[in-house]
Amino acid sequence: MNAPVATHNLIKGATGDWEIVIGMEIHAQVSSQSKLFSGASTAFGGAPNDHVSLVDAAFPGMLPVINTECVAQAVRTGLGLKAQVNLKSVFDRKNYFYPDLPQGYQISQFKHPIVGEGEVIVDLSDGRRIVVGIERLHLEQDAGKSIHDLAPASSYVDLNRSGVALMEIVSRPDLRSSEEAKAYVTKLRTILRYLGTCDGDMDKGNLRADVNVSVRRPGEGLGTRCEIKNVNSIRFIGQAIEYEARRQIGIIEDGGSIDQETRLFDAVKGETRSMRSKEEAHDYRYFPDPDLLPLTFDQAYVDGLAAALPELPDAKKERFIAQYSLSAYDADVLVAERDTADFFEEVARGRDGKAAANWVINELFGRLNKEGHTVATSPVSAAQLGGIIDLIGEQVISGKIAKDLFEIVWSEGGDPRALVEERGLKQVTDTGAIEAAVDAIIAGNPDKVEQAKAKPTLLGWFVGQVMKTTGGKANPQAVNDVLKAKLGIE
Amino acid sequence: MAVDDNTVRRIAHLARIRVTDEEVPHLRSELNAILDFVAQLDQVDVSGVEPMTSVLPMDLRQREDKVTDGGYADRIVANAPQSEDNYFVVPKVVE
Repeated sequence: MNAPVATHNLIKGATGDWEIVIGMEIHAQVSSQSKLFSGASTAFGGAPNDHVSLVDAAFPGMLPVINTECVAQAVRTGLGLKAQVNLKSVFDRKNYFYPDLPQGYQISQFKHPIVGEGEVIVDLSDGRRIVVGIERLHLEQDAGKSIHDLAPASSYVDLNRSGVALMEIVSRPDLRSSEEAKAYVTKLRTILRYLGTCDGDMDKGNLRADVNVSVRRPGEGLGTRCEIKNVNSIRFIGQAIEYEARRQIGIIEDGGSIDQETRLFDAVKGETRSMRSKEEAHDYRYFPDPDLLPLTFDQAYVDGLAAALPELPDAKKERFIAQYSLSAYDADVLVAERDTADFFEEVARGRDGKAAANWVINELFGRLNKEGHTVATSPVSAAQLGGIIDLIGEQVISGKIAKDLFEIVWSEGGDPRALVEERGLKQVTDTGAIEAAVDAIIAGNPDKVEQAKAKPTLLGWFVGQVMKTTGGKANPQAVNDVLKAKLGIE
Repeated sequence: MAVDDNTVRRIAHLARIRVTDEEVPHLRSELNAILDFVAQLDQVDVSGVEPMTSVLPMDLRQREDKVTDGGYADRIVANAPQSEDNYFVVPKVVE
């Protein structure tokens, strides 16, 4: 609370500056074949109630049996968040009524979660680095899905999601702006995807956020917070925070006070709305689930999982900077997805790291984004891109021709070196040929020659002309040298 | 620890059990009798004793991550008062 207030995060109200305080609860669906306590499939989609066992539908007498892989996934995630992993944790019942919760309670973890305190390091686009505290991670069941628009007077319930394992990851109220909140979720998603413990697919609802927002005058204690439920895209998280902070500031500046309540974000209108009708249900009467013994494992089990973890984004970034001399920015871009980082490393192997990064980030990503491709579906393979970079390095082709070659490989495929041979794309380094081209241009443009002597910047025009007559294949450095000599420019 | 009439009504509501005003005093005294009975346990000093979760020294049984169940939506909705296309159909739950 006594941390200095960072002024760049303050927002202006009518009566002065305000600080936003944000904490988040992220619900991340555990990547597993079957559900947390039953053998039904977790596959997305499926016909209504097809991925449902008698356990998920809470038939009388059915008992939950925990999925060992879901436990391992939660432990891996805890390790990835540099968090305390608890060797003993307890499942509790969280009681409430809703049609898509057939048990009448959600099996969750309340007092004794599987994972305790940890942290996430977040690098912001303006170069600042923040450390976001993790309060806990616990395992719980997802609910089913209610569909309200199939009939005017009824809701339709599909329990396919019912019982799927979720990790609820609770952050401390360490975030101070919508930018920080978005960067935190992005980073957390990256870590989960690296670990393989959640696919992070927000479109499918596999990662969603409850966002707690409050505002205060700089230096004051925490204000009353509102919780915005179930925001399902990173952009919406930003919009919901901006709207909610403005709403709260408006109320306080008008002399009102904030009611602690649950709100939902309306993506169409871009606003948050009260969900007051559900408020009274918030008496969950948690108690230990008598159907489940405490979950226990030993440190050797945790160590075994730790030893098998992949290199995580923070470590990979540091390594990329050290090993390939990349900028922090380029390293960030490359490590954001594991696929991308792997692709880059394949391109960079045995080559200049910076050149590889430039080509992957500037040429390849630009093109992939434009065409709606990902690295996995890239028409240009890492080997092909590496081949192009080799040809530049060997001065077989110029940088400009390399871009043309990239286009050819993108649309037609093929081996870059063979393509260069076939299509006569080789760079002309033969000084005789370049001199001939230069002589022709000089002879044809005596007026420009005169001007160039007074105004050396005209050299660029000559370079352009020579490149044009040589089809871009002349070595630009050689052209420059020859031109300077012939025109007498230093 | 004792419950009053309002607490009885609240517990009934949370459990979605309809209770008439006439039933409340009777339920209140029954609940308080149960609480008084259990309160005898308070006489034992259990500080420093770990809560017992099972009478047998057992670990939580775990299962492999395999799809072994499901695929019988018709049976899932068989007892539902109303269903359509294997969805449960319930009274509208949003305003």
